[in-house]
Amino acid sequence: MPASTHRRVRAIAALAASAAAAVLLSGCVGGAASSTDTGSTILHLVSYSVPKEANKAIEQKFAETPEGKGVAFQESYGASGDQSRAVVNGLEADYVNFSVEGDVTRLVKAGLVDETWNSGPTKGIVSDSTVVIVVPKGNPLGIQGWADLLKPEVKIVTPNPASSGSARWNILAAYQQVVANGGTEAEAKAYLTEFFSHVTSLPGSGRDATSAFKQGAANVLISYENEAILARQSGEQFDYLVPEATLEIESPAAVLKNANPKAKAFLDFVLSQTGQEQFASLGFRPVVAGTPIPEVAGANDPKNPFPVPAKLFTVAELGGWDAVNKKFFDDATGLVPAIQKATGKAQ
Amino acid sequence: MTQTAPPPAAPAAAPGDRRRRGRAATSLGAASGLGLGIALVWFSLLVLIPLTAVLVQASAGGWSTYWSILTNAQTVAALELTVGQAVLVTAVNVVIGTAIAWVLVRDHFPGKRVLEVVIDIPFALPTIVAGLVLLSLYGPSSPLGLNWANTQIAVFLAFLFVTLPFIVRTVEPVLIELEPEVEEAAASLGASRFTTFRMIILPSLAPAITSGAALSFARAISEYGSLVLLSGNLPYSTEVASVRILSFVEGDNLVDAAAVASILLLVALVVIVALDVLSRRVARYG
Repeated sequence: MPASTHRRVRAIAALAASAAAAVLLSGCVGGAASSTDTGSTILHLVSYSVPKEANKAIEQKFAETPEGKGVAFQESYGASGDQSRAVVNGLEADYVNFSVEGDVTRLVKAGLVDETWNSGPTKGIVSDSTVVIVVPKGNPLGIQGWADLLKPEVKIVTPNPASSGSARWNILAAYQQVVANGGTEAEAKAYLTEFFSHVTSLPGSGRDATSAFKQGAANVLISYENEAILARQSGEQFDYLVPEATLEIESPAAVLKNANPKAKAFLDFVLSQTGQEQFASLGFRPVVAGTPIPEVAGANDPKNPFPVPAKLFTVAELGGWDAVNKKFFDDATGLVPAIQKATGKAQ
Repeated sequence: MTQTAPPPAAPAAAPGDRRRRGRAATSLGAASGLGLGIALVWFSLLVLIPLTAVLVQASAGGWSTYWSILTNAQTVAALELTVGQAVLVTAVNVVIGTAIAWVLVRDHFPGKRVLEVVIDIPFALPTIVAGLVLLSLYGPSSPLGLNWANTQIAVFLAFLFVTLPFIVRTVEPVLIELEPEVEEAAASLGASRFTTFRMIILPSLAPAITSGAALSFARAISEYGSLVLLSGNLPYSTEVASVRILSFVEGDNLVDAAAVASILLLVALVVIVALDVLSRRVARYG
């Protein structure tokens, strides 16, 4: 008899302990979710990490408008693809801002974003940039454009197009500039093959690539104009050049289907002149024509920070992301894995 | 030779003994029953179910898909590099880790306490920071005049760094428990230092060394963070399996990712079992 009561007491104790643990755990989760509750409305903003400063600046300006009064933001930043997958898997979001269209398309496929998200005047894009070539201060190798990247002493670092969606802009730019300058597809492929034989490092993301470049892992970094400007704003000593023929980088944003109506108001504000000005001052090219361009510290010419390249092409001209991914990056049929196989084996 | 060896030494014999006395396993007391229940539930929720999910995911495409993923040249290259370097690193750790543990336990020198603490730093340091430190030390701007960034040596170094503490920390407590009198007795019976090490010390340390080696190997094959900046992630050259998995995930190719992961799981299982067998063999020498 005493043994069985003993057993029951222990079982109850164990149950109580696990119940207490459960309460504690849920308490932690709940606490994290409501920690920024200062306004009457909370908007969940899920974004890739690069436009963090820009988003913060826009939020501040938004709060000054009648629409934005009392709106508090709960933000989440990370790698674009990871953020997009997190939203599909249940991360709460009202407004999403990604680095490539595919990350929004994933939400459309999951039924979270309306199919018409990219039917507006900017086609769902909230900020632009271009692919640029970053070189050490003073440009010791005298790099003037894409052709110079094939000089024997050039070592290139560019983020890994396999594990980072936005790294694909760089590879596409390197390929398509040949075509834009009147070359054939075969010539473009030949250029890209030689380009890859100069690649010494493919770090995980654009930011990682910048870090590796700073450590001297290479003498050329293929990057995004905004990333180069931001790095120079924070004191990095390197030069960048906007090639004559380059790709326009387009970063989309969307509002989720079941989002708070304020999220749509925020998106509208992002696309307003004030919103676009915030993007511009942090090195992104505005997508709305007529946006007054402020002085941009860190740009080559702060007074004229966004020179228009002679030949600026877009992914749409390459057939859109679906076609591009299949043609260039698919593991079985893509051009880039095939080139990497050829150059990787040769090394 | 092993067949005619004397009966197993006490520590190594324990698991075999327990297995023979099967009755003990079925007559659990109430408290141990509850304990076992909690352990199993916990283990299932955290380990068994997720692992099963990986296998189910990997088999989603059927055998032909599975096979085509695993025969993909880039995947094979990544797996070869990862497993090869992990084996190499584990072998180095077995020797160096045991030596470090020996020094820490048996020798007294100024700064010993500090070294004790520093050993654990690879556990605490976020791996990407470790990568950055290694890059500044062994990269192009190396003060030592070395440039190993973006080569397979970088992968080896990063693995070495993150796995260093495992064997040290598993061997150390066993060495502390080991009575010096046994070694003295062996010496007084005319055993050379080498014989003492081989017949007395090694068999007692074997289980600790192999379990440290298993941890070290498992840690190495899953390493990602410290390589992001250091190895360059070049396909066919310095791309490791975890980067390959990440690429598949980024491409929304979960079946492929799970397939590669399942191979890593299998390799880890084989190595852990092999090390366990080896440990029993060595322990029987005593």
